[in-house]
Amino acid sequence: MDTLNIGGRVMRSRLFVGTGKFASNAVMSKAIEATGSSLVTVALKRVSLEDKEDDMLRSLKLPGVELLPNTSGVRNAEEALFAARLAREALGTNLLKLEIHPDQRYLMPDPVETLKACEQLVKEGFIVMPYIHADPVLCKRLEDAGAACVMPLGAPIGSNKGLATLEFLRIIIEQSNVPVVVDAGIGTPSQAAAAMELGADAVLVNTAIAVAGDPVAMGHAFKLAVEAGREAFLAKTAPVNDKASATSPLTAFLND
Amino acid sequence: MTFYDYKQKWDWDKMTLFIENATAADVERVLAKGVNITPEDFAVLVSPAAAPYLEQMARMSAEATRRRFGRTMQIYTPLYISNYCTNHCVYCGFNCKNKIGRVTLTQEQIEKEAQAIQSGGHPFKHILLVTGESPKHAGVDYMAESIDTVSKYFEQTSIEVQPLDTADYAKLMEHGLHTVCVYQETYNEKRYPLYHPAGRKRDYRYRLETPDRMGEVGIYKVGVGNLIGLENWRTDAFFTALHIHYIQNKYWRTKCSISFPRLRPFVGEGFQPNYPTSERDLLQLITAYRLLSEDLEISLSTRERPHFRDNVIELGVTTMSAGSKTAPGGYSDDDVNKELEQFSVNDDRSVDEIVKAIKAHDFEVVWKDWDLSLNYNTFRAAERKAL
Repeated sequence: MDTLNIGGRVMRSRLFVGTGKFASNAVMSKAIEATGSSLVTVALKRVSLEDKEDDMLRSLKLPGVELLPNTSGVRNAEEALFAARLAREALGTNLLKLEIHPDQRYLMPDPVETLKACEQLVKEGFIVMPYIHADPVLCKRLEDAGAACVMPLGAPIGSNKGLATLEFLRIIIEQSNVPVVVDAGIGTPSQAAAAMELGADAVLVNTAIAVAGDPVAMGHAFKLAVEAGREAFLAKTAPVNDKASATSPLTAFLND
Repeated sequence: MTFYDYKQKWDWDKMTLFIENATAADVERVLAKGVNITPEDFAVLVSPAAAPYLEQMARMSAEATRRRFGRTMQIYTPLYISNYCTNHCVYCGFNCKNKIGRVTLTQEQIEKEAQAIQSGGHPFKHILLVTGESPKHAGVDYMAESIDTVSKYFEQTSIEVQPLDTADYAKLMEHGLHTVCVYQETYNEKRYPLYHPAGRKRDYRYRLETPDRMGEVGIYKVGVGNLIGLENWRTDAFFTALHIHYIQNKYWRTKCSISFPRLRPFVGEGFQPNYPTSERDLLQLITAYRLLSEDLEISLSTRERPHFRDNVIELGVTTMSAGSKTAPGGYSDDDVNKELEQFSVNDDRSVDEIVKAIKAHDFEVVWKDWDLSLNYNTFRAAERKAL
């Protein structure tokens, strides 16, 4: 059976989704249901952890959907540790999407702080899912540190520019011993499918669904694309040729 | 090097000419570049030559804003805590020469205001504390105490007060300060003293270098702007854009936001704008700032009328104030003397009405986009250990 396992959890779907930028929490709920996703990331800064009536948290109480708190907003490892511990306590989950992007413009992740935080969080029993640049060496370092998966970016967050880091994603996927989740930048279902065909274990999508004309329909389109991409990967895609190949023109003489 | 040194490369009069002389071809060249353009390109977009391209600019701005911020609008409300002021700004209602009632709220009164703001089921989590400049009545210690008080109710505290020293910003951050707004009023150094004839605010350079002092201590967000209508608003916009560009590149951990305090001509005595602007001009500014920087937060206050505010919700704005009272004590006491107000608001609709207007655009109202726990500095050593 083709299943994805991250930190001991079996994921029902290979499409993870984010919760920002939706026109309403009601639309967000419906769109998430349409994606069939079982893992949904939520920014600590957007919710009131102590408030049982928090509208966003309430809207995310969906059957079969697990919350993946993220540390968006922190600027260094120390702040990330603090936020992670708060999230674990309030939401009762060891899962953590580690995001440290002090850069306020392109939200580029800080590799030094991310590695530092990952090392400590793993020791504290967190299932760490780090958001990082598509840097193959950093991925190996995080793997060594005990990250449950790696989440390299396809393009800057929210840019919808697709797999701008394609060549590096290829190397990361080839070398990784932990699941590779392509996070950030995926703007269309075809780009999600391309990431899956490449061999990514999952993708995380937010803006492309939230900002679509019809987020619910787009959520479903991404579901289909991720499934198609995965099936294509498993089916081993046919090689690409620049021109039609002639029948053994150089070695035909051997048959004489 | 601070922004004061950096800015010397650009001359006010030359930039004014550059903007006046921009052509349609220049505008088309800049628009072809899309978003995240240079301040010089921005200058072309605020020129008279760009006016006929407003529809295209609005479309580009709306699209970039949706991509970056989604269908959301952050809202906040200002809390005026003191209107004592030692400055002589010729355009301001708080001017020390104006014979108006002066008040500095006590912590108990601030708490009452905070409760009043959140009453009626309004889950405001972002607050802006405002004072005049009077260290004797509202100094740094008072600000620190006030931040502690409002932090019981709000997650993100901003201040709009006089420029402070680096150490003061560091101290206030320890109390949970998130954002600081300091508007330069005008970047025209030669004419700045005309509007600020006396008081500490006369020091143009100290004010100009305020974002540098904030950047040094890592303030989360810096709000900049100029008082639109004081001087040539196009040239002032260019220098404001230059300032944003400088802050973003030098203090890359700090966010930037822009606001649009705008002087309007009015009947009666008082300061009249030297360079009046229309709503069309204001929209040109909003959309040009968006094309300058995709991630810039763009804030629009209740100074603008409902018709304008409602119609620009989708066009680039990311933050709005709602239900604003600009007199100290105005939330908990309806009878607070009107003459305490700094300026009168043009959008005096209730919070519910404004929320409804935002939702009518199919937008989510974001009351909370920060958690006090992220202000790591606010946590004393003991609390840190506890977790």
